[in-house]
Amino acid sequence: MGDRYNIFSQMEHLQSKYVGTGHSDTTKWEWLTNQHRDSLASYIGHPDLLSYISIAENETKARVRFNLLEKMFQPCGPPPDRPNLD
Amino acid sequence: MFLYALTLQRATTITHAVHGNFSGTKQQEIALSRGKILELVKPDPNTGKVHTLLTVEIFGVIRTLMSFRLTGGSKDYVVCGTDSGRICILEYIPNKNKFDRVHMETFGKSGCRRIVPGQYLAIDPKGRAVMIGSTEKQKLVYILNRDSEARLTISSPLEAHKSNTLVYYMAGVDVGFENPMFACLEMDYEEADNDPTGEAIQTAQQTLTFYELDLGLNHVVRKYSEPLEERANHLITVPGGNDGPGGVLVCAENYITYKNFGDQPDIKSPIPRRRNDLDDPERGMMFICSATHKTKSMFFFLAQTEQGDIFKVTLETDEDMVTEIRLKYFDTVPVASAMCVLRTGFLFVASDYGNHALYQIAHLGDDDEEPEFSSAMLLEEGDTFFYAPRPLRNLVVVDELDSLAPIMSCQIADLANEDNPQLYVTCGRGPRSSLRVLRHGLEVSEMAVSELPGNPNAVWTVKVTEDDEFDSYIIVSFVNATLVLSIGETVEEVTDSGFLGTTPTLSCSLLGENALVQVYPEGIRHIRFDKRVNEWKAPGKKTILKCAVNQRQVVIALTGGELVYFEMDPSGQLNEYTERKEMSSDVICMDLGKVPPGEQRTRFLALGLADNTVRIISLDPTDCLQPLSMQALPAVAESVCIIEMGGGEDETGEQRPSGGLVLNIGLQNGVLLRTTLDNVTGDLSDTRTRYLGTRPVKLFRVLTQGSDAVLGMSSRTWLSYQYQNRFHLTPLSYDPLEFASGFSSEQCPEGIVAISGNTLRILALEKLGTVFNQVSTGLQYTPRKFAVHPTSNHLVILETDHNAYTEETKEHRRNQMATEMIQAAGEEERELAQEMAQAFLRESLPEDKFGSPKAGPGMWASQIRIMHPSSGETTEKICLEQNAAAFSLAICRFASYGDQWFLLVGVAHDMNLNPRQVKAGEIHTYRFSEDGTRLELIHKTLVDEVPQAICPYQGRVLIGVGKLLRIYDLGKKKLLRKCENKHIPNRIVSLHAVGQRVLVCDIQESVHWVRYRRSENQLVIFADDTYPRWVTSAALLDYGTVAVGDKFGNIAILRLPSDVNDDVQEDPSGTKALWTRGLLNGCSQKCDVLCSYHVGEIILSLQKSTLIPGGSESLVYTTLSGGIGMLVPFTSHEDHDFFQHLEMHMRNEAQPLLGRDHLGFRSFYFPIKNVIDGDLCELFNSIDTAKQNGVAEELDRNPAEVSKKLEDIRTRYAF
Repeated sequence: MGDRYNIFSQMEHLQSKYVGTGHSDTTKWEWLTNQHRDSLASYIGHPDLLSYISIAENETKARVRFNLLEKMFQPCGPPPDRPNLD
Repeated sequence: MFLYALTLQRATTITHAVHGNFSGTKQQEIALSRGKILELVKPDPNTGKVHTLLTVEIFGVIRTLMSFRLTGGSKDYVVCGTDSGRICILEYIPNKNKFDRVHMETFGKSGCRRIVPGQYLAIDPKGRAVMIGSTEKQKLVYILNRDSEARLTISSPLEAHKSNTLVYYMAGVDVGFENPMFACLEMDYEEADNDPTGEAIQTAQQTLTFYELDLGLNHVVRKYSEPLEERANHLITVPGGNDGPGGVLVCAENYITYKNFGDQPDIKSPIPRRRNDLDDPERGMMFICSATHKTKSMFFFLAQTEQGDIFKVTLETDEDMVTEIRLKYFDTVPVASAMCVLRTGFLFVASDYGNHALYQIAHLGDDDEEPEFSSAMLLEEGDTFFYAPRPLRNLVVVDELDSLAPIMSCQIADLANEDNPQLYVTCGRGPRSSLRVLRHGLEVSEMAVSELPGNPNAVWTVKVTEDDEFDSYIIVSFVNATLVLSIGETVEEVTDSGFLGTTPTLSCSLLGENALVQVYPEGIRHIRFDKRVNEWKAPGKKTILKCAVNQRQVVIALTGGELVYFEMDPSGQLNEYTERKEMSSDVICMDLGKVPPGEQRTRFLALGLADNTVRIISLDPTDCLQPLSMQALPAVAESVCIIEMGGGEDETGEQRPSGGLVLNIGLQNGVLLRTTLDNVTGDLSDTRTRYLGTRPVKLFRVLTQGSDAVLGMSSRTWLSYQYQNRFHLTPLSYDPLEFASGFSSEQCPEGIVAISGNTLRILALEKLGTVFNQVSTGLQYTPRKFAVHPTSNHLVILETDHNAYTEETKEHRRNQMATEMIQAAGEEERELAQEMAQAFLRESLPEDKFGSPKAGPGMWASQIRIMHPSSGETTEKICLEQNAAAFSLAICRFASYGDQWFLLVGVAHDMNLNPRQVKAGEIHTYRFSEDGTRLELIHKTLVDEVPQAICPYQGRVLIGVGKLLRIYDLGKKKLLRKCENKHIPNRIVSLHAVGQRVLVCDIQESVHWVRYRRSENQLVIFADDTYPRWVTSAALLDYGTVAVGDKFGNIAILRLPSDVNDDVQEDPSGTKALWTRGLLNGCSQKCDVLCSYHVGEIILSLQKSTLIPGGSESLVYTTLSGGIGMLVPFTSHEDHDFFQHLEMHMRNEAQPLLGRDHLGFRSFYFPIKNVIDGDLCELFNSIDTAKQNGVAEELDRNPAEVSKKLEDIRTRYAF
């Protein structure tokens, strides 16, 4: 009994500490949004990837960084309408 | 297969730059991040040249860089945010010339992650705390302080996390000595994530949040948060406390706003726009980087817009309340990723792409007629100010730092017929792009060339007294005369120098404090400072054949092999040593080293004899003229030269530690030997060999950076020198020279005076440490790909830019705007408007300086250019219409058209990048005419996707159209599709054919091996890869092996297994089952990964080639950051074993500076396999001697042997 609660609380701890950790109720939209945000953060973090995009778009690096951050806000659009559970 | 990875030229891009007094002196230095390299440079305030002090490979990714200084301190520290999950504080130690890691605190996982800090850094302007943040959620604050011994201390981290919040930028707020405060641009997405209607997205506002570090409570609080009207991207800290009003300038799209907490109202000003700009009118404008200049009495900011225009921003205050922001157009420089204003009045601009520059701020733009814009001027909502960009007025370029970044493609070939291959590199972006031809060599700047009355034999420079800083005379020796020139403002002949002018000179030098010595065939002339002359005559019919002189000693060899030794005594008299020595065979060459500081004499004389030996003779009084050691040579020595490695004086005048003596021996067969000369026993050991050229090697001692270096002259001239703890032997990119000597004058402190033919030349070497000499030709748009015409060697370059207008559209837009201008004017202003319109049409600003207009997404401009490889002359330019974009090309022949050469170009029409859409694709077929210098269009073939890869194949051509692989043949009206394969997953980016096999690279799914079955006219995929690789470049190594470079900076070598079956006849099932039955969502056969290596920069070209004549083949790659490197195979198991162990020890002994695990970095995306990191191994030469000994001992060798091994493997393949 105690173990099960323990694992549960450990999971909860992980989910709160590491953004994007999945759980049994993760929806496709949540998963996808997290994937996109992770990728976008990686593009911003690696200078070469940022340059790569900036060359393709012919924009300054600062502008591309700004655009990517804007995209991180809602990379996959608004969440799907969930029917009320009650 | 085991490979050894080496960098030939480090990345040249600059991602961050911060300035500070890192060495603790008055001098300001700039710390640069070049992606995975940290560099410290120093602009020389006198000459304006930028010198590199230190370059450190950090085996990680530098994501942000800041400098700070503790309150009351005089020395700045560097803080780095990296991918190591650690914060590092570095201190520069000037006398050791290294960065010392003062603190390294771990806070998270490694990697460039979304929630692990390292992306942003903000410093409290008083140096009391640092905030490090990630793009989302996490922010940590470290308190900086000093302990009782004034050492920097760092606290444990204080958390200021806020989940579901993105951070755009962070900056420290200057609050004087109150609690440190940080400002962050944040965006909370929680609400939007929970709102299915999408309304929250529309209403979401960015906030400016202030975090306060309560030093008393040791706690960070979110002090205050304020929603912003516009999305901001940048913050500028305004000086506070006693120096100014404090607070921040928020740079948002189209607006710049001053904000502070308390009663301060927001002061907002629109960002001015260029008048009559061709840009897409919908585009916003923003400031992308800024620099602050602060003195005791004033401060201002320089902020740069996306177009490269710099504005000087000043604030008007009224008792600590800001009342007005003033903006004034300053100048236009290339778009920068970082700018630094130095206290000496220089502006350092690190460009986004292309060369970086150092400017001198000649004027502050205070009193010129340039209009000043102010927030107090009333404007309608959405309206803005206008200004006209103009050539530089306030800034003067003083130095330019070459940058190849981004290298879009590269081909290595000897198109100029020079015996050495050249690297043809297309680099840059937009109007700043260029084709650069790189040759291994050091750039030489010619200071002066003057003709002489005849062909001289030799040249020297001498100082008149020991204390002189610069040389006084140039002595030129002819067959029967000697010319003395004095060095001053101009170089003039003098006759009163005391030198004998009617005889050739063998050598001359300063002797003692203020005397000169001239050695000529009949004797030695000793000229005292008061012009008294002492002469020593050669006895009888003997003449002096060879001689060696230094500041105190003279040795001569007479006919018959007799050696006579002279030494200067304390009274300044030159005395002959009592004995003479008879050598067994003729003396061919001889040299004396310099007199070590504080000593009477050098103890070694090096002699090259005709019996293929070099001997070291002692000059010590106890065993004078006794032989000490001897080395046998493979050929007769032509010239010898003893130099001291290291040593000399650094900039501050301090003695640098000596690296010991090195005897350089130039042989008559063109080989240079370098041998360590033991400075106690005179023993010779550790010989290294390099081939310099076809002619006998003559050696000359010169100075580089205060230390000895050697010029070796053969059919090319080489410079052998020590730079940044590494030995370099580099050819000079210059005409062959005959004789040289060091030269020092006020204009040129470390130059070379040399003779070539009948000219005397003064040369300077300013770009020490660079490997390649560049010749650059400008291009108009970003070069995408290029090909070399096989017979004429002309280059066919595709230039394509997104977000750009073609020349034609630009012209059309300008005319349109001019018409509008006239129409908009009223009756009485019509004439004036007409004039203005004319003026507008006339004016043209060079786009490489002012940028090209941004046309908006989906607008493309493209052209095909044919260029001569060495002269850079364009023989043909075909401009495509607006929104046609050329992406691929191939030069090929068709079986049905004999040996005519055709050019195929893959063009996309109306392509949108995001989301990716394309209206149509086209393949243009051109025929080469006039020997490959011109093109004739034959026809265009419409296809439904973008043809992104073209490759000649067995008299036809393979084209990757989107995801379709097709074979085309040339028809009369269009290309004729012959065969198709639809099974490539995403998009074909490159094609390589070898025999019956075709290698197809997918944009996302690695490589696919395809076999063409002629009988059935089918293309069959018979093997693929198990990993998803986002292929950017590939090179076939053999029939079944390929090297693949990907978008994330990895190189992998993939090989088909030996039992791979690509022949359907041999299909054992007999029912083609082998081809149809897949494995892991792909083909039934998979390639093996032989090697895998993370370079850390995106690889855009790979080529197998030889870089030096007679060298072995290596795999050369170029990267987006402007780096060039290579992978070379080990030839023996023994070598591999040695380097594997060396690498293992080096991982422990030279741990990466910024805390990233070396193995972890090289395995960033795929575990490293069978590749040894040569860059890490070469650090062996720069670790301290104790560690070197330790590592060498573990390897059962001595340090010299290890470094010889390192040099050998490099020189076997490259330079």
